[in-house]
Amino acid sequence: MSFAQSWDFTPGARVVVDDLGKCSREYEWLEEPYVSPDGETVARVAALPDAEFSMAVGGEVWEETFDKIWYPRFSPDGRLTALVQSAGEWTMAVDGQAWETQFGYIWGTLFSESGDVIAAPIQADGQYGLAVDGQPWETLYENANQVLLSRDGKATAAVIQAKSLAQADIETFQQGIFSVAVNGEAWDAVFVNCWNPAFDATASRVAATVRRTLYDYTIAVDGKAWDGAYACAWGPVFNPATGQVAAPVRKAGAWGMAIDDRMAWEPRFAQLWQQAYTPDGGKLAAIAAVKFGEFTVVVDGAPWGVTFPVVTDLTVSPVGGRIAALGNAHNTDFAVLCDGKVWPGRYDMAWPPVWSPDGAHLAVAVERGGRFTVVCDGKAYPQSFDKCFAPAFSPDGTKVLIRAVADNKLHRIVAPVAAFTG
Amino acid sequence: MSTIADRLIEDEGLRRGVSRLTPEKIEKVFKELIAGECGARLKTYVESCVRCGMCAKACHYYMSHKDPSYTPVAKVSQTMWRLLAAGGRVEPQVIYECAQVAYTECNLCRRCIHYCPLGIDTGYIISVVRRLCHKLGVTPQYIQDTAHSHSAVLNQMWVKDDEWPDTLQWQEEEAREEFPGLRIPLDVEGADFMYSVIAPEPKFRTQLIYQAAAIFNAAGLNWTMPATPGWDNSNMAMFTGDSEIMSRVERAHYETAQRLRVKRIVMGECGHAFRAVYDVANRWLGWKWHPVPVVHSVEFFWELIQQGRIKITHKYADPVTIHDPCNIIRGRGLMDKLREVTHFLCENVVEMSPNREHNYCCCAGGGVINCGPPFKNVRIVGNSIKAEQLRATGVHTLVAPCHNCHGGLEDIISKFGLGMHTKFLGDLIYELMEKPEAE
Ligand code: SF4
Ligand code: SF4
Repeated sequence: MSFAQSWDFTPGARVVVDDLGKCSREYEWLEEPYVSPDGETVARVAALPDAEFSMAVGGEVWEETFDKIWYPRFSPDGRLTALVQSAGEWTMAVDGQAWETQFGYIWGTLFSESGDVIAAPIQADGQYGLAVDGQPWETLYENANQVLLSRDGKATAAVIQAKSLAQADIETFQQGIFSVAVNGEAWDAVFVNCWNPAFDATASRVAATVRRTLYDYTIAVDGKAWDGAYACAWGPVFNPATGQVAAPVRKAGAWGMAIDDRMAWEPRFAQLWQQAYTPDGGKLAAIAAVKFGEFTVVVDGAPWGVTFPVVTDLTVSPVGGRIAALGNAHNTDFAVLCDGKVWPGRYDMAWPPVWSPDGAHLAVAVERGGRFTVVCDGKAYPQSFDKCFAPAFSPDGTKVLIRAVADNKLHRIVAPVAAFTG
Repeated sequence: MSTIADRLIEDEGLRRGVSRLTPEKIEKVFKELIAGECGARLKTYVESCVRCGMCAKACHYYMSHKDPSYTPVAKVSQTMWRLLAAGGRVEPQVIYECAQVAYTECNLCRRCIHYCPLGIDTGYIISVVRRLCHKLGVTPQYIQDTAHSHSAVLNQMWVKDDEWPDTLQWQEEEAREEFPGLRIPLDVEGADFMYSVIAPEPKFRTQLIYQAAAIFNAAGLNWTMPATPGWDNSNMAMFTGDSEIMSRVERAHYETAQRLRVKRIVMGECGHAFRAVYDVANRWLGWKWHPVPVVHSVEFFWELIQQGRIKITHKYADPVTIHDPCNIIRGRGLMDKLREVTHFLCENVVEMSPNREHNYCCCAGGGVINCGPPFKNVRIVGNSIKAEQLRATGVHTLVAPCHNCHGGLEDIISKFGLGMHTKFLGDLIYELMEKPEAE
């Protein structure tokens, strides 16, 4: 059951916070508002007198205060997390409760899909790894980066530095000092580089891009590298149905898609990246440049008929095999691309597209002339705001939750899809 | 006339690199490179050069040594022409020589384009030589280490993922002593711009981050710095010839700006980083232009001054001169804006000669300074012409809005006893700006 099933989806508009500057304690300043996924409350870092910091949630300041606080983020299940420092030590606070274990530093909070697991990369005494719900990996490393938490929250992984490197020691580096650790345990193999580790659907396998020499790029799955050597490669993804691994690879000056070390899409693209499978594994989509400077979406090797100077934010629907992305002209004139067609509106900025759970509808937060609104299936909500956060759909896909700020108030609007008429 | 063989310098990276080569291997890699990556541009340049030597006086190395082997055309004849004539089948020692010329005796400053009647871009040809040397594994040790760092942590100086935000928070805390309530807003989605810097700033020159924060704070700007990798806009892989790592770094930089939904990227005072972001790596990635607009600090400060957002209490009284960094002057045409900003800040600006697009390079750029201690002297004695140019201004303050230029010019100033000091525009603005009264 998704957390959204407990949200209020009664159609209508409510002001849920009537003064975003409200704060139960005297404060020096309040930082950017973060709105809970259900749109019922807002959290802001509150700088209190005497260089103390805490979170103001709906205006109520957490009891505990800290020397520093940053990176407030709501978990998908509605818990508020923040990274906090007391007496020189850092940890995670969840709904005002700090984890017991403290670290030299903590950053980049990660959530499982349902939000039940919270993890973050940590540094303790100069050693690196991840902590999951407060529990650090048993083994930490000289460095760990490019961290990830599986969707089900059961596994974590990171690229780790397996061997020490003296200053400017290019020889040792080229012999390979990097690997991937899964739940803290490193692969046996080391590579010159490892990048972009990815889990399969059940978090039982991990694939990563690796460099075996300065020139030989390939993909390694659970530590075993493909035979094929490529001039370059971007991060891999698993087919959720078959477990096959797909990665964009470069050959003879052009990009193609390799699946399990075979060229599935011939190298004919000027760029190819951000590939994603539909959840049933039936389709593989990616962002590609069909020619220099002409970007589009490619589905199973076939490009859409429309190109933009820039395409970003490829998103696949949870069911139904639908695909959306954003196109723009050098960060202006944003357009929404959906199943090969372009919606009519053009915007100064657009945020990542959001699919309804049934894949029937698509909503996007957009900005034009400093005003924000939400567009659903190509039609705008007839009201604009000072700011809109990511929209969400009701579990049945018939209504859109708009979370917006206007006149220093937090508005929560539940609008049936039919209410988008603009 | 000497040749490169007369002045070889020991470097571990070059020495070990050539020890693994054979003429067969060199030939194979060279032929693949020429066939696969070099189109009409290289061919046109090679075929159209009339060996007139007009480019000689363009190059500060030649102007400093007055030895013809340092002329742009001689650099090409000692490298690319030599390789082409042999079909790439040369002894490994030749690659050592090519690498030393390409990495340490050419700054890719592109001054010579302006002197060549045919518009030949020697810097481009030398970049191809570097690409070859990279593919052969013959690169100077220190700059190769920076390329390794780029590959592993996406920044030039092995700064780890925690060290970056930790440093910003520390600078923010320090700055709040002077500017109560100042923020370095980390990872704020939807800010007007993302401010990116080069890795030496968090590592050695944190005051520059402090100063930028003070200026943006005073100007009341809506800005952010990323909390993730993608914050470093420098790119030494561009200069080693490792285009693949260059592009990985730039992809992260642009995708970070895209993720943060900023309208544009403002870059600190660095020239080579601007070249990588604005001109080179974006194109290797398949974008015709930059996917997110990129503004160099010189231009950004100019904008802020136009908008009346920079308020100074007085002008800098001592006379200053201006060094024009190649990558933002020849590469972007910011010479007028640089002057307008400098005149806004300073009472008395003494121009050096030649200047603007004809300015002599600092001799540190193009990755030369990053080749480290073995080659330090090459770039200092190779730029005595710059020392003469600086001395002739008779001033003690040198404005140079580029990190590499700072490093190179400071070494020249000290070696030739010029009694000058270098300043970034950010140094001057910070020094002169209105500040809250100390309590
Ligand atoms: S250093 Fe500059 S002027 Fe000299 S050859 Fe290289 S690009 Fe030309
Ligand atoms: S000026 Fe141009 S044509 Fe003349 S030698 Fe130099 S590169 Fe060749």
